[in-house]
Amino acid sequence: MSLMTPTSPEASRHTGPYLQVEDLRVHFETDDGTVKSVDGLSFAVEKGKTLGIVGESGSGKSVTSMAVMGLHTSKNARISGSIKVDGQELVGAPIDVVRRLRGQKMAMIFQDPLSAMHPYYTVGNQIVEAYRIHNDVSKKAARAHAIDMLDRVGIPSPRDRVDAYPHQFSGGMRQRAMIAMALSCDPSLLIADEPTTALDVTVQAQILDLIRDLQREFHSAVVIITHDLGVVAELADDIVVMYAGRKAEHGSAEQLFGEPQHPYAWGLLGSMPRFDRPPTERLLPIKGTPPSLINVPEGCAFNPRCEFSSRVPGERCVTDRPEALDAGGGHRVACHLPTAQRRQIWADEIAPRLA
Amino acid sequence: MNDAAPLLEVEDLVKHFPVKGRGLLQRATQAVQAVDGVSFSVRRGETFSIVGESGCGKSTTARLVTRLLAPTSGTVRLDGKDISTLPERQLRPLRRDVQMIFQDPYSSLNPRHTVGKIVGAPFRLQDVEPEGGRKRAVQELLSLVGLSPEHYNRYPHEFSGGQRQRIGIARTLALKPKLIVADEPVSALDVSIQAQVVNLLEDLQDELGLTYVMIAHDLSVVRHVSDRVAVMYLGKIVEVADRDDLYEHPRHPYTAAMLSAVPVPDTRRRTERERIRLQGDVPSPIDPPPGCRFHTRCWKATEVCRTEEPPLVQIGPAPGHLAACHHPEEK
Repeated sequence: MSLMTPTSPEASRHTGPYLQVEDLRVHFETDDGTVKSVDGLSFAVEKGKTLGIVGESGSGKSVTSMAVMGLHTSKNARISGSIKVDGQELVGAPIDVVRRLRGQKMAMIFQDPLSAMHPYYTVGNQIVEAYRIHNDVSKKAARAHAIDMLDRVGIPSPRDRVDAYPHQFSGGMRQRAMIAMALSCDPSLLIADEPTTALDVTVQAQILDLIRDLQREFHSAVVIITHDLGVVAELADDIVVMYAGRKAEHGSAEQLFGEPQHPYAWGLLGSMPRFDRPPTERLLPIKGTPPSLINVPEGCAFNPRCEFSSRVPGERCVTDRPEALDAGGGHRVACHLPTAQRRQIWADEIAPRLA
Repeated sequence: MNDAAPLLEVEDLVKHFPVKGRGLLQRATQAVQAVDGVSFSVRRGETFSIVGESGCGKSTTARLVTRLLAPTSGTVRLDGKDISTLPERQLRPLRRDVQMIFQDPYSSLNPRHTVGKIVGAPFRLQDVEPEGGRKRAVQELLSLVGLSPEHYNRYPHEFSGGQRQRIGIARTLALKPKLIVADEPVSALDVSIQAQVVNLLEDLQDELGLTYVMIAHDLSVVRHVSDRVAVMYLGKIVEVADRDDLYEHPRHPYTAAMLSAVPVPDTRRRTERERIRLQGDVPSPIDPPPGCRFHTRCWKATEVCRTEEPPLVQIGPAPGHLAACHHPEEK
């Protein structure tokens, strides 16, 4: 049985990026004030490409992925801007429409497969259920498809394993099963939210390989959300670095790792012990802590922690919020320092420190 | 005490957790062999790290060394004194010498106690009256770990994760312990905060001459902080070596595979690196494979690996580089 269920003819009508997010804002009202989890974020992903969204906890990366999947309830989340999947607008779309797309055109892999899977149903049942909601097939055919999917993601003896419960699987196998479930309807957009954070390093390598192989085979658009710069360097074509709900830097993986330009990205690289270089005496952390999203600092949200804000003339870092502007070759950086000066700082001050 | 003698000596340490049977009497017929014959020693002033994947027994080892758990067999000697068989009543004096830093700064601090009470708890429990009073001692500890002494009357929820971890560290330092066992001290923290705490731990070690046993799974962090590293797999140490020897010349195939799997933040490495892909998962510690426990996933395994357990012996020219493998890597 083929894994590639034929896509309906109108599905391929749309041209341009498969996922296009523009000026996305997700705000939550709380008793303490408005939490601006995502505040004006734009990005696009084409089919066959992988976008990595990197940031620390509270930077808004997971809230973004949930917004794309339509998983925020309208009761507490205020969402504005535009999210287009295959040309179809999702912000403000009726729940049924989003539900039909979810699973069919877009699917998500969560961080913790133990809590993302239902403990009461067998793994096979859960895949069958997802498949039959979107495809009019018999139970038997759906079960065969589930076995096929489990086999495809590398679960040994899938014919027996299809009747096992999630708790009978190891962590790596559960993650594989969840990937099988996500891919069962052959979605063109796959969102992976910290897919390997709960896994051991050898299993992480297996899962990253699997995601890469499956993407090549299915030619899907993949968004991978993680705090681990190593993981995005392995997988992503393009990378968005988020800070306090906004984009700090956006560029190709080569641009971001070759010549990062935002002081926050420099700080992240300095904070990480480098495995691929001789050990250094000390790490170079970013001072301070990430801001509360209720009280985001005026101007550039990073300014209280930034080493370089004193080099910007006037008080612009404290008063003006920088936009992510093109610094050449599609490399976008939200920083008041002029591009030439940032390049200079990277070459003269930052790169030698990190080596 | 002789300074050259190791501070901590662990010999043939075993911890089995009995699993209840299914019968009416629920007799324990099987046991999870969490730690199964582990030996190592830690020198004064060094950082000794134990790495391995989940379920390998590294956290159980930490809890045995601190005597939060009693070993099934084997000995743990601190400063030459066997602490593995001390009855519970006599453990309190031991706690002065051995302290622990926990992974989760949210669950390891009592939310109803002020910072002053938390950090001062060791004084109260051990009935110690520091010079200048407890309050002053606590405030000095707070500034030592980079917090403000004014935080004395605040509660844990008012602090961020990194600050809470600092509170936990201040508490472990209160009684000037000889040995600090840190179980994943930075893995719950964000990257930028992780670096701050790692630097703090290193500064404190220089300043106070501390000895650390660090349990971690992040191989990059371990390489940064450690002097020596032990790799555990399914309850056994498979390799021990000085940091640079281990990272540059891993001898055990499992170590080599684990090191090759670490993602590196550099796109140029994507194509250059040779990655060893391990098959399958870690077997159950209830019924570990016979012979070498790694043979089910090892690409070098032969008949001898399936039948004979390899001893942990010196391999290669570097002194103190031990590995338990019939077919060690050669580099």
